[in-house]
Amino acid sequence: MFSFIANFIVTKILHLNLETRLGESIHFFIYDTLKIIFLLSVMIFIISFIRSFFPPEKVKKILSRYHNFWAHLLATLLGVLSPFCSCSTVPLFIGFVEAGIPLGVTFSFLITSPIVNEIALGFLFITFGWKVALVYTTAGIIIGLIGGIIIQRLNLVHLVEEYVFQINRRGSAKIEVLDFKDRLIYARENVKDIVRRVWIFIVIGISIGAVIHGYVPSDFLVKYAGPGNPLAVFVAVLFAVPLYSNAVGTIPVVEVLINKGVGVGTALAFLMGVVALSLPEMILLKQVIKTKLIAIFVGITTTAIILVGYLFNIIL
Amino acid sequence: MIIKILGGGCKNCERLAQNTEEAVKDLNLDAEIVKVESFKEIATYGVMKTPALVVDEEVVVSGRVPGKEEIKKMLK
Repeated sequence: MFSFIANFIVTKILHLNLETRLGESIHFFIYDTLKIIFLLSVMIFIISFIRSFFPPEKVKKILSRYHNFWAHLLATLLGVLSPFCSCSTVPLFIGFVEAGIPLGVTFSFLITSPIVNEIALGFLFITFGWKVALVYTTAGIIIGLIGGIIIQRLNLVHLVEEYVFQINRRGSAKIEVLDFKDRLIYARENVKDIVRRVWIFIVIGISIGAVIHGYVPSDFLVKYAGPGNPLAVFVAVLFAVPLYSNAVGTIPVVEVLINKGVGVGTALAFLMGVVALSLPEMILLKQVIKTKLIAIFVGITTTAIILVGYLFNIIL
Repeated sequence: MIIKILGGGCKNCERLAQNTEEAVKDLNLDAEIVKVESFKEIATYGVMKTPALVVDEEVVVSGRVPGKEEIKKMLK
């Protein structure tokens, strides 16, 4: 249906030939934009509804009762299920540490949560199908486990700002009880909020993808970033980490790159690099943990993503 | 009545502040609206997801942006 609308606009309104590069690019642009915004809204709605069952206060209560490996695993699973907004990183961190949740377990949550966010998952599902979405989720969990466990073993509690342990609490914020209708409203508001925030990124991402789609010859990327090049993952991730974008802007580009021959593992690792670590988040974290720990966190996460990228190139 | 908006300064916090100001204006309340951006202070309310709305030291909403009408209902 979206293809029909795109065809109509390109041929009847713009009077362009679909066989030309320009025609093909514009068709791709319109088709992809419509398809993505629609499907994304549906996915976000469903995922938000599920996530309304896992507010951070509840997560904190659950996690504070477990220890060692299972706590890490649980933290990553809850990271997948609970909604994450990067501005909540600091209050969340403080809340977890205060509740006695070990530093490494908190990091397992903080690593997996931004990677496996509803936008990325929804988008991956739409673009690549459930298998890739599942693989991506598993990767996010593994990276969270590795990162969190290593940080735990390194015993870095002294690198957390002292005031985090000295907070005099006025009392717990009560966990809001939502009924079915509330959850629908929450899901709907989340869709509105997210689409409002990211539609411009979708357009930009698709524009870049459309240009690549129509103008970059297929062999070019295979030579430099295809599965045959051993350095591909390493370079892709290093390039990705400092980039600040969200999943929405990145996935259309990733899709086109894969179609042009970039290895799937490389492309997913690139996506994770962009999404998992961002400069604004690091700046926020500076308020609660010392720079050394931030550096360790970035280093371990980056390395884990690179390793997972190579792994997926092999098995996918 | 002292109303506090807890948040680090992201878009949602701004929207909550705006909705709250409009709600207070509509109800003609004698209320002081304070923006709390220091995480140190935000943490004392046990809030884990910003933005949050605090009325007379009680956390009434946390983790989402309620609309003006909902805030008006809560303030009454």
